[in-house]
Amino acid sequence: MHEFIQYVQSYLDSDKTPGGAGNIFWAVVYIMLVFGGLSVAVIAMNWLERKILAHMQVRLGPMRVGPHGLLQPIADAIKLLLKEDIIPAEADKLVFWIAPFIVVLAAFTVFVVVPFGPTHAITDMNIGILFMLGVSSLSVLGIVTAGWASNSHYPLIGALRSSAQMVSYEVAMGLAVVSVILMTSLHGLGFYGVGGAGTANTGTLSMIGIVQAQQEQGVWFIFKFFPLGLIAFAIFAIAMVAETNRAPFDLPEAESELTAGFHTEYSGFRWSLFFLAEYSAMIAVSSIAVTLWLGGWLHPFPGVHGPAVAIPHFWPPTEQSAPGGALDLVFALFPGITFLFFAAICFYNTARMPKHPLFKIQTMGLAAFGAVLGVIGLILFVPAVRDRVGDIFWFTAKVAGFMYLYIWYRGTFPRYRFDQLMKVGWKILLPTGLGVLILTATAAFVEPPIEEWLRRVL
Amino acid sequence: MTDPNSLSPLDLETPDKTFLDANELVINMGPQHPATHGVLRVILRLDGEKVMGLECVIGYLHRGVEKIAENRTYTMFNPYVDRMDYVAAVSNGLGYCEAVEKLLSVEAPPRAQYIRVILTELNRIASHQLWLGTHALDIGAITPLFYTFRDREEILKIFEKYCGARLTTHAFRIGGLQYETYDGFEKDVKNFLTFFAPKIDEYEELLTTNRIWLERTKGVGTISGPDAIALGVTGPVLRASGVKWDIRKALPYANYKNFDFEIPTGQNGDTYDRYLVRMAEMRQSCRIIEQAVAGIPEGPIMAKVPKVMKPPVGEIYHSIEAPKGELGYFIVSDGSTQPYRIRVRPPSFVNLQALDVMCRGQLVADVIAVIGTLDIVLGEVDR
Repeated sequence: MHEFIQYVQSYLDSDKTPGGAGNIFWAVVYIMLVFGGLSVAVIAMNWLERKILAHMQVRLGPMRVGPHGLLQPIADAIKLLLKEDIIPAEADKLVFWIAPFIVVLAAFTVFVVVPFGPTHAITDMNIGILFMLGVSSLSVLGIVTAGWASNSHYPLIGALRSSAQMVSYEVAMGLAVVSVILMTSLHGLGFYGVGGAGTANTGTLSMIGIVQAQQEQGVWFIFKFFPLGLIAFAIFAIAMVAETNRAPFDLPEAESELTAGFHTEYSGFRWSLFFLAEYSAMIAVSSIAVTLWLGGWLHPFPGVHGPAVAIPHFWPPTEQSAPGGALDLVFALFPGITFLFFAAICFYNTARMPKHPLFKIQTMGLAAFGAVLGVIGLILFVPAVRDRVGDIFWFTAKVAGFMYLYIWYRGTFPRYRFDQLMKVGWKILLPTGLGVLILTATAAFVEPPIEEWLRRVL
Repeated sequence: MTDPNSLSPLDLETPDKTFLDANELVINMGPQHPATHGVLRVILRLDGEKVMGLECVIGYLHRGVEKIAENRTYTMFNPYVDRMDYVAAVSNGLGYCEAVEKLLSVEAPPRAQYIRVILTELNRIASHQLWLGTHALDIGAITPLFYTFRDREEILKIFEKYCGARLTTHAFRIGGLQYETYDGFEKDVKNFLTFFAPKIDEYEELLTTNRIWLERTKGVGTISGPDAIALGVTGPVLRASGVKWDIRKALPYANYKNFDFEIPTGQNGDTYDRYLVRMAEMRQSCRIIEQAVAGIPEGPIMAKVPKVMKPPVGEIYHSIEAPKGELGYFIVSDGSTQPYRIRVRPPSFVNLQALDVMCRGQLVADVIAVIGTLDIVLGEVDR
């Protein structure tokens, strides 16, 4: 028993990921945390998508199940699980059965290498980004098999569209990623012209390494070699929407054309697996974009610390915090403030609830939800907590920004046609990606001498 | 585009040449399909995603409206016509009432005619709004639907206040109107006009210059003017092909000749031009309503019409410009209280013929766009 406790504690002293430290206990804990967190995120995303989309479309969205429809996703999940699971008589049963699991597996496995913080990842692979791109593209296999096994025309066309789309957009995606990999090998001046004292290293494919490179260079890669980083990011941002089959590239499941595309014949639990996979794939590609271009777990302006102040600590009184920059303090308090803000929204809406006995439970529920958020916000002010959770907060906040973009796209754009989609992929994104790659390489080649010269002059 | 008469009918048995001799797909789209606007069934023959031919199967909503007419008196049949094109019920009623009035040689009093024009044009706007919302939804833009429905609600409120019904209004009677306008009718209509003018800009802002919208609609479902005439296509679809034919101007009915308005036309006859034409038509309708509200005369609302209508033996064809095209009523009277035969020329039914011509060689996604742009209502196609 004592050895076990030591084994568990030994990880806490190391500053590695559980996988990197080879600690199985913590690896299992992290896997469960990530898996659970992801499921919660998908559920929350479901509610948020319906609500945000509804408000964009001058309607209210779910309002009946729970206060402001907060319990709607749970009700939906129960409905889906209880539904009859229909397998078409002419379907290839085994393949039909396996397909959704391939999609879900691919969508979940990529989270093994997603870095929520310098140590908050299940493991850190030296080929992290390759692993992510490779595994996430496996999901196309599941989609194709799903469409084929259904033995029906609409799913077949949906699957064909999907495979063509994912394969062609992966090329552009890969080119954008490569230009980031080139950036990691440099110690640039960066866009802000601050930091930049890092040593020139050999570059890395590791997800954590990429973020650390941004930290060392004191710049998010979206701003590096302006506008090259920005263009590469834009290419990735377009390709990732196509990769996840979301509007305006949602051809494989184009509702008005192919009823539901490749999952037309699926129902109940199996359908919900596709749903789960779609949303976790969205989170996965967003976290790639965040890691590669938006500084991963780094807060904005990673190189700026502001004037030094002693960070005050209210509780626990014994713990001493090291003095840091004023901006560091602001960013450290940000998570707690965000949660308090959400809690305030909840309380504001509680006050606006109809004063009618029928709404009593809903009002109390909303108040309780706000209270929970508020308590979480207060806990996040505790220095011991905020130091450990700040990374995760910034990472999640950036991913949430992408999720909002996804919903926004869906509310705004009509759908591309198949040939136009291919045209955008091969004729616009691919050449642009190649150009950016070449220019990035050139910039990378000429940057060190220029920097040297600047150092001498300034 | 080829001469529509030379198009071979769709033969599902003998396949044409496909790319790389791939297998043809025969896909059944509908009658339960999210984008066929009701119960239209389209059998598509596809080479990959390319449409090689299609055939419409209709009749799923057939209620025998024309047959019912033979067993009803002229007055009793009036509400039935509302159920044909149920999104433009007022236009249907206008066409029928005017046809019977022509048969009886009576004319509605001027006040009734002005109110008829106001309601019909409001209904045209409502119909175009519904078309815009669903058409955009078919192309993947889900938001305009809710905007158009929000604004259509204001029109339906006016209908509801006027005659109690929102959709199947039965607003007109043979010889004039049943009801005098309610207090504040003119104010409501004027308020609607000031409310609605900026809303058209709002729709256009969402779509007109949207790149994806342009790519999805420009050059899609093109039909030339001569082809359209040969197929009997009417309404905005014909006008978008450059043919300036609007029955309101060509064969004025009601009192459209008193109003100053333009007939918007397109040049290319593609989906985008049809979109622009309908958007412009909404603005023109607003102009007509504005003039009509300003000039409603005082006077009776009902002409002297016998209680038991026995039109003289004879036949009559009367057509009006419904929101979807030429809506014609051919009525044969045998001198009794019931029509011997009523034949309706529904614009949706005739326009639907052009679907095959417009879709051949295009992609599946275009078929959806073209069905949307034809603006069919299956209640009218099947009757």
